Amino acid sequence: MMATNVSKQKVYQGLMYLFLVLIAFVSLFPFFWMVVSSTNTTADINQGKLSFGTALFDNLAKLSQAVDLPLIFWNTTKVSLLGTFLTLAIASLAGYGFEIYQSKLRDKVYNLLLLTMMIPFAALMIPLFTMMAKANLLDTHWAVVLPSIASVYIIFYFRQCTKAFPKELLDAARVDGVSEWRIFVYVFFPVMRSTYAAAFIITFMANWNNFLWPLIVLQSPETKTINLVLSSLSSAYFPDFGVVMVGTVVATLPTIAVFFAMQKQFVQGMVGSVK
Amino acid sequence: MSHTGVMPMTPVRSRSFHRFYDINGWCFVLGSLTLVMLFMIYPIINSLWLSLHSGKGVIVQFVGFGNITRLMHDPVFITALTNTLIFLIVQVPLMILLSLATASCLNSPNVKFRSLFRMAIFLPCVTSLVAYSILFKSMFGYDGIVNSALMTIGLIEHPIAWLTDPFWAKVTIILAITWRWTGYNMIFYLAAMQNIDKSIYEAAKLEGVTPVQTFFNITVPLLKPVILFTSVMSTIGTLQLFDEAMNITNGGPANSTLTLSMYIYNLSFKFVPNFGYAATVSYVIVFFAAALALVQFKFVQDKK
Repeated sequence: MMATNVSKQKVYQGLMYLFLVLIAFVSLFPFFWMVVSSTNTTADINQGKLSFGTALFDNLAKLSQAVDLPLIFWNTTKVSLLGTFLTLAIASLAGYGFEIYQSKLRDKVYNLLLLTMMIPFAALMIPLFTMMAKANLLDTHWAVVLPSIASVYIIFYFRQCTKAFPKELLDAARVDGVSEWRIFVYVFFPVMRSTYAAAFIITFMANWNNFLWPLIVLQSPETKTINLVLSSLSSAYFPDFGVVMVGTVVATLPTIAVFFAMQKQFVQGMVGSVK
Repeated sequence: MSHTGVMPMTPVRSRSFHRFYDINGWCFVLGSLTLVMLFMIYPIINSLWLSLHSGKGVIVQFVGFGNITRLMHDPVFITALTNTLIFLIVQVPLMILLSLATASCLNSPNVKFRSLFRMAIFLPCVTSLVAYSILFKSMFGYDGIVNSALMTIGLIEHPIAWLTDPFWAKVTIILAITWRWTGYNMIFYLAAMQNIDKSIYEAAKLEGVTPVQTFFNITVPLLKPVILFTSVMSTIGTLQLFDEAMNITNGGPANSTLTLSMYIYNLSFKFVPNFGYAATVSYVIVFFAAALALVQFKFVQDKK
């Protein structure tokens, strides 16, 4: 009886590892494919070649010829960072405000805000587009940044995290006569640095990876972000995959770098609000 | 909480403090409220208003519910709706089950290389939707790596037309989305599993309950709130599916992967714009998102 139990457990363990290895392999393979393909010619990629080639610099040169790569990279960085800083500033104020100064009315407003998280973007994009057109902001980076600042999820995240902010600090500062705004800047902000870091990462990634909205409002080649460029390069009838793959590597490197540098905060930022 | 709205821990203070406190509260949230009003509440109401109108470009007239009648007779809309619902019905449960299974494997007490596995499975989440769509497009070509790998192991005899056959194109999209989001959902489940008392599993093991039974009878019921959260979020996400369908198959072949969001985009920005009709289609997404969220909430409540 014992023996069969033990062997049964071994089988389960084996199956489990097999399952995990398989899933991990499938998860990682496209990354390997991306890096390998960026060194191969399009013909090789279409044939499914799995070894490193020698076409990397050739692909890179062709990509630089097709688009102004530094400018595109700068556009994406600018839009992502600007959007992220503004989101963090405004959403953290709101999250703090809703949690520290509670009132019945404000809680009702807050619940209404949470409900807006369910609104699909597709239902907003046409009025937003007309709004940007009227404000003469089409084809500018402000058109991309402005709507992205209204992030209810980040407000929600900051409110959840503010619950853990030690209220004694607040009371002590109030007794000392520090003004409410200075408390936010000089007490709350330094204490909650890790919350800001987590919110920074998830917002930055979302902005960097944004596609549909920039696709609608950015039209000229000088304003485009990297996702738009990649999408149009790969939608050619016979896409030059070698070139596109180099672009994909360039587009993915920053987010991977941020992820590895701040993995803990990233997971905390994702999950922290649900706990 | 008293009607004055002061937190319990704040000592009772003067009336002027209450006012000061309340004004401060509004000041802190004012920026966000303005932005949400401007970029979410106003557009969603405006969208509803637009949906009562129709016309090409700037020449627009009031049609009332005319757009809804038009929807019913629009074969492209029916196709887009059907496709989107197929993606939803197949992909969301598949992904949630896979994420749960992965999470419970990683949560079992004596797994080696746990953090390595977790990182590997989570990594797809850092790719942009456009970037990974392109990767999938390049891997699933007719002579591509996926077909040649499957033929090498002998799973298939002839290459599959992943991108150019209506059925397989849908399969490709579903595989792609599952690849991108399984690790994401897994992280939520792993976090929730940390809060489950380990002794329950010990007891189950002593009773001789198999891991599969443990999974369905202990883990899944205890994770219900998180599963609800992730399934509502995934439902909303899949209903809005755009980037993948646009970049892997461009809605084709023959509209077989056209989604509602793509149709809205085409109606507004690709064809001669008909914002009114496009807004009506967008409200179909709003309707399904709300209805399905309600169903999911009800389902969880009934089972309690």
